[in-house]
Amino acid sequence: MKLLRHRLVWAVAALVTLIVVNTISRPTFLSITLQDGELYGSLIDILRNSAPLMLVALGMTVVIATRGIDLSVGAIMAVSGAVALTVIEASPTPDNLGVVLVAIAVAALVSLVLGAWNGLLVAVLGIQPIIATLVLMLAGRGIALLITGGFITTINSEPYQFISQGYVLGLPFAFLVSIAAIVVVALIERRTALGMLTEAVGINPEASRLAGVRSRGIVWGAYIASGLLAGIAGILYSSNIMAADANAAGLYIELDAILAVVLGGTSLAGGKFSLAGTVVGVFTIQTLKSTITFLGVPPAVSPVFLAAVVVIVVLVQSPRTRSALARLTRRRTPAGGARIDPEAAS
Amino acid sequence: MTLPMDTDVPSSPTDRGAVAVAMRDITVRFPGVLALDGVDLTLHAGEVHALMGENGAGKSTLIKALTGEQRIDAGTITVDGRVRELRGTSDAQEAGIATVYQEVNLCANLSVGENLMLGGEPRRRGAIDWRELHRRAGEHLRGLGVEIDTRSRLSGHSIAVQQLVAISRAIMQEASVLVLDEPTSSLDRSEVERLFAVVRELRDRGVAVLFVTHFLDQVYEISDRITVLRNGALVGDYPVDELPRPELVARMIGRDLDELEALSDSSARVIDRSGAPVIRARGLARRGALEAVDVDVFDGEIVGLAGLLGSGRTELARLLAGADHPDRGHLEKRGTPVRLGTPRHAIAQRIVFSSEDRRAEGVVPDLSVAENIVLGVQARRGWMRPIAAAERDELVARSIAELGIRPADPNALVRNLSGGNQQKVLLARWLATAPELLILDEPTRGIDVGAKADIQRKVAELARAGLAVVFISSELDEVLRLAQRIAVMRDHRKIGELDAREVGLDAVVEMIAQEDPAPSPEPATSAPRSRT
Amino acid sequence: MTDTPVALGARPSLRERADRFRARRASWIPVSAAVGILVVMFAVGQAYFGNFLTPRVLSSLLLDNAYLIVLAVGMTFVILTGGIDLSVGSVMAFTGILCARMLSEGAPTGVVIPLVIVLGALMGLATGVLVQVFEVQPFIASLAAMFAARGLAFVVSLSSIKLEDPFVLALQSTRLAGGGWYLTPTGIIAIATVVIAALVLHFTRFGRTVYAVGGSEQSARLMGLATARTKVLAYVISGTCAGIAGVLFTAYSGAGYPLNGIGTELDTIAAVVIGGTLLTGGTGYVLGSMIGVFVYGTIKVLISFLGAEQSWTRITIGALLLVFVVVQRVIVARSSRS
Repeated sequence: MKLLRHRLVWAVAALVTLIVVNTISRPTFLSITLQDGELYGSLIDILRNSAPLMLVALGMTVVIATRGIDLSVGAIMAVSGAVALTVIEASPTPDNLGVVLVAIAVAALVSLVLGAWNGLLVAVLGIQPIIATLVLMLAGRGIALLITGGFITTINSEPYQFISQGYVLGLPFAFLVSIAAIVVVALIERRTALGMLTEAVGINPEASRLAGVRSRGIVWGAYIASGLLAGIAGILYSSNIMAADANAAGLYIELDAILAVVLGGTSLAGGKFSLAGTVVGVFTIQTLKSTITFLGVPPAVSPVFLAAVVVIVVLVQSPRTRSALARLTRRRTPAGGARIDPEAAS
Repeated sequence: MTLPMDTDVPSSPTDRGAVAVAMRDITVRFPGVLALDGVDLTLHAGEVHALMGENGAGKSTLIKALTGEQRIDAGTITVDGRVRELRGTSDAQEAGIATVYQEVNLCANLSVGENLMLGGEPRRRGAIDWRELHRRAGEHLRGLGVEIDTRSRLSGHSIAVQQLVAISRAIMQEASVLVLDEPTSSLDRSEVERLFAVVRELRDRGVAVLFVTHFLDQVYEISDRITVLRNGALVGDYPVDELPRPELVARMIGRDLDELEALSDSSARVIDRSGAPVIRARGLARRGALEAVDVDVFDGEIVGLAGLLGSGRTELARLLAGADHPDRGHLEKRGTPVRLGTPRHAIAQRIVFSSEDRRAEGVVPDLSVAENIVLGVQARRGWMRPIAAAERDELVARSIAELGIRPADPNALVRNLSGGNQQKVLLARWLATAPELLILDEPTRGIDVGAKADIQRKVAELARAGLAVVFISSELDEVLRLAQRIAVMRDHRKIGELDAREVGLDAVVEMIAQEDPAPSPEPATSAPRSRT
Repeated sequence: MTDTPVALGARPSLRERADRFRARRASWIPVSAAVGILVVMFAVGQAYFGNFLTPRVLSSLLLDNAYLIVLAVGMTFVILTGGIDLSVGSVMAFTGILCARMLSEGAPTGVVIPLVIVLGALMGLATGVLVQVFEVQPFIASLAAMFAARGLAFVVSLSSIKLEDPFVLALQSTRLAGGGWYLTPTGIIAIATVVIAALVLHFTRFGRTVYAVGGSEQSARLMGLATARTKVLAYVISGTCAGIAGVLFTAYSGAGYPLNGIGTELDTIAAVVIGGTLLTGGTGYVLGSMIGVFVYGTIKVLISFLGAEQSWTRITIGALLLVFVVVQRVIVARSSRS
């Protein structure tokens, strides 16, 4: 019973169900082959392809924990990719590792600034997060188009391509990037006091203020982190297609990321967050997409399935559904687990 | 002073109007608490009836029972001779009961006229007839002696006017019973006069008015009868001229002497006031909240703030702790001027404040006991320097043991703790920051007797060890037992200071209940000096 | 602020009249700001290019943005209740492609058009029920509808379908011309939508309840108004408008395409906000939203006159949105302090 109440249980159950369905319908799903010291297989593809969403969803988790939301992540991805590719394209030696590193650094810095801009609007000017990040969501792709001069910039750069296609220690480099991001975010949130203070601000902003928490800085930092992670995701995406497509890069990724966070058991109302839950949520969504593709459904139609998932998740979380379920269980156990709340009287 | 607990509900004399509402034996149970215990309330047509009581007395529960927002567990409600089952606000409205709250329940984005007529707009050929709507609205307002432009937006008007509009709407719905739930809390004197003129007009038209307020002057100015509640029980129902103010205050406050063993020596302690005080406030003021107040608190001293709800006691505490910004006045910490722009600044100065609103401004319910306790310390250290696990476990374990927090589980979520234990967690949070001044606003409100005694004992002990404390409580006895000095607050001012060793409950009650000498006090530039 | 009773009958002084005007018409200020911006853009365009304010340019402003006006009208209803509808762009794409496909397969026009509009309304109904009955945040509920409609658009067809139905094409090609000015049936439909919506909002109980819910849902409920029905209906109206916009956009582009309307929900929200509707609900006018769409359209035209990248459109809209949101924030902060 206690296990059933754990907040990860639904997400894990969904993931396991998907894997089982896949394994039954295509037995090769679980098989992983070793070729020239590099691993291949459907699962490996899922791990690699999930990297951009993983980065964006990690940032989104922290922002949502502060009672916020970041709609601009897709646009930041587009800008970041455009910046990186423009730097490489302008260089006479696109295969030079130094050039690629500079391009990555500049793109990351620009994303960080864009995240800081969102944070400024939300934390300092007090604008609703949805609207504040909507501004950049609107303007961001325009900026990306300006950077690329209105074209889809394409490049040939081996070091840059390595980011999405390369292998290290037999594993896709992109997957290792997302692992690194998970570890870094988890260390910063859980090995320092940041996670606890973020949750406190998200759960009860006024109590946190009275306790002396610097909530403005914490909220601002969350948007900066989200911007930076989205920027790295943009680099991964553009490396995968070796092009900066301002219109397609990160399209709808904010919605996938929000969905992953919610699937992982973090409430959109803010407060307690679960990075592990988000990781499971991302893998669930990526597996779902892979399943849809495998089933022969055109990828374009996949939003219908995502819509179904969203509806199921929100219905499960809906207060009305919960109270209906609670009524059912109470009828079964008449003693009832009603929580004693003497304060309700005052 | 005698404090009769008998419930002397009088038989209806002949000169009173017909019974409009009769609530009998109303009982409301919340999990673990009896919020209302067989309470009676009788409203007559054409009278203004005041409902009085301190925090937790059951006033708001009783009103909610009458307005249909709270289901009752036992008892009957009779409106105009018919027994009613009020399942929601619409049932109450249908029965002719209208309510005006402190927070105006109108749509400020719409015009005055529309707010009066929403849901009942006059229509011509299916479309709303705006000319007719404003004509009727204006006519109705003028009938009540209110002249305002019905086409103006409601949000452009003061709260007082908005409340007049809310009352007018209620009357327009042909209400025979009008419930006014603390409508005057944020009004100034002339606005109150305007509101009262309308209330009198309604009374003369035969409306039964139930008036809830914590301003004694207003009760005596407008009410015909007073019903007093305490701890969810009826104390009595009195004609206003048979209940002098000190009697009323005494009946509202009551005394529970048995709860306060072993504290009597706290107020008797002699305080050394020769050095610089821990905090010295001069002319501390905030518009609409507090008129210039002077106050000093010395090492080892407990200063009690006495006064009814809304007297300015909480406002003073918040200004001392940086929770709100003062408009005027200055603060000195141990002789050095300080500016406390935020609670963070105050905590850096070792001044901590525990709010009266435990849920909204105190605990972080979804975090654990341990996290709630270290929150203050951690906030001061910044996020990059987390408290070492060993240090944290030690601190939490010590707090749990010293304050007797139950369950004694550092990982329990605070939302699952009782009110008393939540309060102890908050006290632990503040003590962990090693404060020099501890400001406690109603730390014992709505908690069980055992936890109350624990907290009182702890506060007395801390002060004896040298901590300066500002202590606020609706229960005067508690203040009298703990504090060495009592600052008495009324109408957003400090009206005097009393030495707890020299005075008793009666003197404080008398001071709180005093009639206001000046009918319209301008914001004082300096508070009246001590009267003892 | 305006407690001073206005003496009725007596002749008010100029100052009193100014005060009264302010007290009564404060909510029109953001709309007039949008009109101001539009006028300034017209003036600047005319001064710079000389051939900007021509009947042709102005007529095409209505023609090019007819679908957006209809979407903005529906969005205004939702935002006035304090909600948001992200699904309008994809619902427009879905109804548009479905319309094109059914017509190309020979279904009668008189059946197809009402059918797709009803489908749009049903999508709105689903969103409204999620919001009202299941207490899902409007953002998430309309997000689900957005996904669903986009996916369904691809279910209908993965590629563009050319439109050959003479009636629908006539909506676009028929021109009531005069002195260089012209008006198409699509433009008339857009104007009619605005007029009907304005009348509904101003003269019906439903319309006033929309404003009351946006002002304070709790107060509206305590006043005994039908808040639940009103909120659901607002989403139904938005869905219906998206259905109409689907037909208009298909007529405008001469084809149905499942990728139509990506990002249109953002353009619509931006136009509504620029037109003076507060995102917190309760304040705003469909007329303002129409002005907002014209501001959006004029920015597009100006940028194409300049020969600059069309990407500047989104950037300018984003910047304008920011300015309006910050100004609204200041207004709200000031009014809550008084």
